Amino acid sequence: MSAQPRALPSEARIDYVLQLADSNLILGQQLGALVGHAPALEEDLGIANTALDLIGQARHLYSYAAEVEGRGRTEDDFAFLRAERDYRNLALVEQPNGDFGQTIVRQVLFDAWQLELYERLQHSSDRRLAAIAAKGLKETRYHFRYSGSWLVRLGDGTAESHARVQAALERLWPFTRELFDEDDADRELAVAGLTPALPAVERAWSDRVSALLAEATLARPANTPFRWFGRRGVHTEHLGYILAEMQHLPRTYPGARW
Amino acid sequence: MYSQGLDNPPPERMVPAAAVAGGPGERFQLRVDAEEKIEPKDWMPDGYRQTLIRQISQHAHSEIVGMLPEGNWITRAPSLLRKCILIAKVQDEGGHGAYLYSAAETLGVSREELVDQLLSGKAKYSSIFNYPTPTWADVGAIGWLVDGAAIMNQIPLCRCSYGPYARAMVRVCREESFHQRQGYEIMLKLSQGTAAQREMAQAALNRWWWPSLMMFGPSDNDSKHSTQSMRWKIKRFSNDELRQKFVDFTIPQADYLGLKVPDPELRWDAGADCYRFGPIDWTEFDEVLKGHGPCNRERLDARRKAHAEGAWVREAALAYAAKSRPATAGRAA
Ligand SMILES: [Fe+2]
Ligand SMILES: [Fe+2]
Repeated sequence: MSAQPRALPSEARIDYVLQLADSNLILGQQLGALVGHAPALEEDLGIANTALDLIGQARHLYSYAAEVEGRGRTEDDFAFLRAERDYRNLALVEQPNGDFGQTIVRQVLFDAWQLELYERLQHSSDRRLAAIAAKGLKETRYHFRYSGSWLVRLGDGTAESHARVQAALERLWPFTRELFDEDDADRELAVAGLTPALPAVERAWSDRVSALLAEATLARPANTPFRWFGRRGVHTEHLGYILAEMQHLPRTYPGARW
Repeated sequence: MYSQGLDNPPPERMVPAAAVAGGPGERFQLRVDAEEKIEPKDWMPDGYRQTLIRQISQHAHSEIVGMLPEGNWITRAPSLLRKCILIAKVQDEGGHGAYLYSAAETLGVSREELVDQLLSGKAKYSSIFNYPTPTWADVGAIGWLVDGAAIMNQIPLCRCSYGPYARAMVRVCREESFHQRQGYEIMLKLSQGTAAQREMAQAALNRWWWPSLMMFGPSDNDSKHSTQSMRWKIKRFSNDELRQKFVDFTIPQADYLGLKVPDPELRWDAGADCYRFGPIDWTEFDEVLKGHGPCNRERLDARRKAHAEGAWVREAALAYAAKSRPATAGRAA
């Protein structure tokens, strides 16, 4: 990332900012559905907290994408008026909440990735993105402490809780491949100094996750061949429902202000 | 408080109002009369303790059940800003529940016992949350009217004679007034919006108006137990006084929105300097209280489901805490 910045088409920059924004929004949206239904009151509060931070970060990112694009779109246009194939979120975050174990596993895998990403992205050649990452990093550290401490308690709790989170881990692990799969567009961003190189993020993520799994007495699943690529608009069946629900009002009342 | 309409203590809990001269009961009443705060370790009459446990726990349950009707719109909030405000609001209500349970615990009950009473249907919560939120405007109407009525009820509770409850209320009231403004702001946007949005706002006002007035509880003529609560300075104003204040405060706000409250008898009484409103349908109030409101079953089912599905999580947390305690801390015990 300290490489000499070089001209990058603004589409590539927007696309990357939307990847981050969309993942934050979709995960925040999913967590929002749990508020009031968590296993304990403290967890309602904790989940609401993470949801608020993630959606807050998404708002900053959408505003930045709108500025770069310069066509007068707003954060809400990005969130509510794009179709599934235009969404750039990781397939991981659109996976269902499931039981609390699955919610926590999804969160840990995501938080650990976001933590390692933001650590590096705060030095991006893109000053705005660097600032958003630096601010987000403080929140993400907190999210990871929350999800990580739950993973340990569930993994090393009862036989039932161990079995549940291990099963969730097996189910969600295949979606982690996408986090680090580098294509030409990713390499271009890294060369321009906008983003960290993915292999470095992957190593740090992998070490962090392995250490946590060991503490939680959970077995790390093997990598599997199929790769979803939500970041390129290839989504699982779940995203369509999430968007249908989320976008319902702005789609039903076009042009209305709320 | 959300629970004013429910404060019917079981008769055996009521103590004779006149205490023995020079006894602890008289000293207690003198302290209350002198506006001293009663603290958890102080002597207090059993009836006072039981009244507070019942009222504070009903209030806590109301905060928790109250997360549901608005939580219903978190995933469908129409803008990202509204979504954030709504999540924060529902989170605040959960926080209110948490401090109120803590305040109740200072009186010698545990949160588990209280939650069990809610889930078994033994404990009440405010009936207002047994009404549905079919549209986005209901979120606005709840903030404006339900949080608004809660503030009317709760501001006097900031001076309640029981210290922990009074202090919890100071914090709660500050947040409720944000909620009230945010709810009103939703209604304002809708009333300035398209015809469909205005219609949505009016329909929500029609749904929430009368239930909001019922939140203040039975009319003073039918509210048997207010006198003792007033003597103990748990309660400072009667149900009807608070209801009247709420109406006088809210009607001009409805006028500003260009919305009409669904009461053909409503009129300004210049002589008395207040609004006069039509009769409240107490049959509906009683029916909802007895469990026959539109959403009683859904609300309780949602709480029971979350509790049951969370059982393995709570067990795991306890098991982990027991394992990670140092061996000397009495693992054998
Ligand atoms: Fe509240
Ligand atoms: Fe509130």
